Amino acid sequence: MTAYIARRLLATIPVMVFVALFVFLLLHLTPGDPAALIAGDDATPEAIAGIRQKLGLDRPIWEQFGTFVMNLMRGDLGTSIFSGLPVTTLVAQRLEPTIVLAVSTLAVAIVFAVPMGVLAAWKARTAIDRVVMGFSVLGFALPVFLIGYLLIYVFAIQLRWLPVQGYRPLEQGIDQTARSIVLPAFALGMAYMALIARMTRASMLEVLSQDYIRTARAKGVATIVVLLRHALKNAAVPIVTVIGIGLTLLISGVVITETVFNIPGLGRLTVDAILKRDYPIIQGLIIIFAGVKVLVNLLIDISYVFFDPRIRY
Amino acid sequence: MSTRASKSGIFFATALLLVYGWFAMSPAHAQEKVLRAVMHADVRTLDPIWTTQTIAAIHGLMVYDTLFSSDINLKPQPQMVDTWTVSPDRKVYTFKLRDGLKFHDGSPVTAKDVVASMNRWGKRDSAGKQLMSYTTSLVAKDSKTFEWTMREPYGLLIDTLAKSASSIPFVMREKEAMVDAFVQITEVVGSGPFMFKRDEWVPGSKTVYVKFKDYVPRKEPASGHAGGKVVKVDRVEFLWMSDPQTAQAALAAGEIDYLEAPALDFLPILKATPGIKIETHPAMGTAGILQLNHLHPPFNNVKARQAMYYLINNADYVNTISPDKSLQKLCFSYFGCGVAMENDTGSEPYKGPKNIAKAEQLFKEAGYKGEPITILHGTDHPYINPANLVMIQQLRKAKFLNLDVQAMDWGSVVSRRAKKETPAQGGWNIFITGTNVVASSSPITHTQIGMGCEKAWFGWPCDKRLEDLRKEWAFAPDLEARKKVMVELSKRAYDQVPYIPFGQWSNPVAYRSDRLSGVQMMPAVPPMWNIEKK
Repeated sequence: MTAYIARRLLATIPVMVFVALFVFLLLHLTPGDPAALIAGDDATPEAIAGIRQKLGLDRPIWEQFGTFVMNLMRGDLGTSIFSGLPVTTLVAQRLEPTIVLAVSTLAVAIVFAVPMGVLAAWKARTAIDRVVMGFSVLGFALPVFLIGYLLIYVFAIQLRWLPVQGYRPLEQGIDQTARSIVLPAFALGMAYMALIARMTRASMLEVLSQDYIRTARAKGVATIVVLLRHALKNAAVPIVTVIGIGLTLLISGVVITETVFNIPGLGRLTVDAILKRDYPIIQGLIIIFAGVKVLVNLLIDISYVFFDPRIRY
Repeated sequence: MSTRASKSGIFFATALLLVYGWFAMSPAHAQEKVLRAVMHADVRTLDPIWTTQTIAAIHGLMVYDTLFSSDINLKPQPQMVDTWTVSPDRKVYTFKLRDGLKFHDGSPVTAKDVVASMNRWGKRDSAGKQLMSYTTSLVAKDSKTFEWTMREPYGLLIDTLAKSASSIPFVMREKEAMVDAFVQITEVVGSGPFMFKRDEWVPGSKTVYVKFKDYVPRKEPASGHAGGKVVKVDRVEFLWMSDPQTAQAALAAGEIDYLEAPALDFLPILKATPGIKIETHPAMGTAGILQLNHLHPPFNNVKARQAMYYLINNADYVNTISPDKSLQKLCFSYFGCGVAMENDTGSEPYKGPKNIAKAEQLFKEAGYKGEPITILHGTDHPYINPANLVMIQQLRKAKFLNLDVQAMDWGSVVSRRAKKETPAQGGWNIFITGTNVVASSSPITHTQIGMGCEKAWFGWPCDKRLEDLRKEWAFAPDLEARKKVMVELSKRAYDQVPYIPFGQWSNPVAYRSDRLSGVQMMPAVPPMWNIEKK
């Protein structure tokens, strides 16, 4: 297992190098001029040129890339062209809301979706199955911003139970944080509920058709034990994979939810940086996301060992 | 339950309570009076001289002070200056600073800080550059006195120092003011009524200011940017909400107190919400600009530019962008409407009925043979996108025009409009933007009216006569004389067409009048002092 983990971690190096090169070239070869955006609409071309020169954006691309690589090797992801703050500081500011939203969304999704998927598989081809799958289709079909606005209208504006927007950090109290994250977690969780429920159902159906399940039933094992102890555990591998993919997606940006609910997460940081051509932030974030993706994939692969003893590394 | 189990239980319960208690501790500022405002953009850059962005000027107005300020009627008033004298030949101004002016680090504001600040600002701001071009010397005579010597009797010194739109001539410490004007300063230490809380700044989300307890306001009542800047709250939070729907809902729910630029289509909802007031200033608002590229055909020929007057219908733009008639103006003045320099002399061809045949004839006389006219269509801006759509629809009625509409985000427009190459080589012919009315209300501060050829703004319009008229306006001895020059200026602008103005609309402020009082309305850069919160 240790050797496997080491091999996987070593394999990330060429991946990260490729990502760094690709994102750098993509940014610098596409249209956009951060100096013009910094200078503002009333700035003259001369002023913009002056800013560009001071920021080093007029240097040859190979020279800029060299500086970028040297900094990267020292662990320096660069400094925002606009704010002058290190990229790592900007990311750190947004890490808590992003992680809290991601974990809350998945928790909400798993708590509802896994039982739904199990129920749908158990009662396959019945009205219950159709209701659950119908809900799943709705979860995919409804855009998250629409769900978000509806939740805001009902729970925040009409009932005044929860805030309209904003994120309250943990230092203000877990209850405050929870209140601020409930609506966005549910809005975003709908799509993940749909995905996880469907995956759970499909995986469970495959397992429930196995001989050992028939044997367990024939032996008189209680249905709930058959479903949860024998079937669900064996069906877990693809479910965990989907949850892991979901976690990666959630951490790397749920910009619509963050925008609707005004959560200062990494998604908005990424999109704002793209629109403003803040190259260091975009580069730094893509590299971080690539690293997160690689790490989460590794953790998912390792977790298979706990669900399926046949899997050994 | 066993003794061991009960001890464990007590331990864990206590630990849980402590953890909860730690998280539940409220920070001290929960008891303070906090003004929560959502502004039109987020504060990403902290140097209001380095950038012309209005949000940077708003940030600047919080933490810095100015020598002069504009009052609610946009008239210059002394602010940091206590007294001043002008030599009989109107070339030498001697200013003395007020007592008690301090920076946020406790150091006194001195004339040397002022001199360095004005020099830095004068390297970047267009009105400042103009002012500095007529300046012979600017020196500190003692710790509180400085002397400004002009080579000609330039009548706009004080008006320029009282600028109320970006870039405002803020006074910084000499240390920051000595930083290259093309490099952003890294420390924010002003002498204004608020202090910037860098440790709580989250770019793209929140910017926090606290009251500067040692600020000495003037004794006059607050009026616009002028008068006494008395801060009546403990803390101001600028929150950035990119979704206008969320911002509107937050104001309606009382989660914020002030919304600088509510989306215009949400105004009926806000008006109907109890406790919310919508307010505006006569000069508050945006003036639309349809910019033409004077470097390349067809608009390098004045006849093609004049032809546009017969195709562009001003009313369609303001009706689309701002359907509320009370907020729109069919403005035909190149220098804004509702301001002192409003003038539409020469606008008859534009005001008159649209005439495609006449436009076609003028384009033919300009030598137009059907080449593509490249339009940079910015799609992600709240008024630029609809304005583009209106323009494209209007121009398509002229079937002789070959339009090449290229949709892109605003960042790409900003980048591409700087290119001087031909449209086929990546340049452009038309793009749309806007400017705030107060900035365009003076021929000196109105960047886009300049026709200085290579030195002009994007589009590079070129006309010596108009530039001479701008200078003549600047040296006019009084308001009446300036108004006379405006007649000629307007006529020349309509004749030479630096760009096409497509109307004016107000951008009102919405705030919770059930808990806020003393809100001052100013165009472009709203002041946050004088506001009281229940």
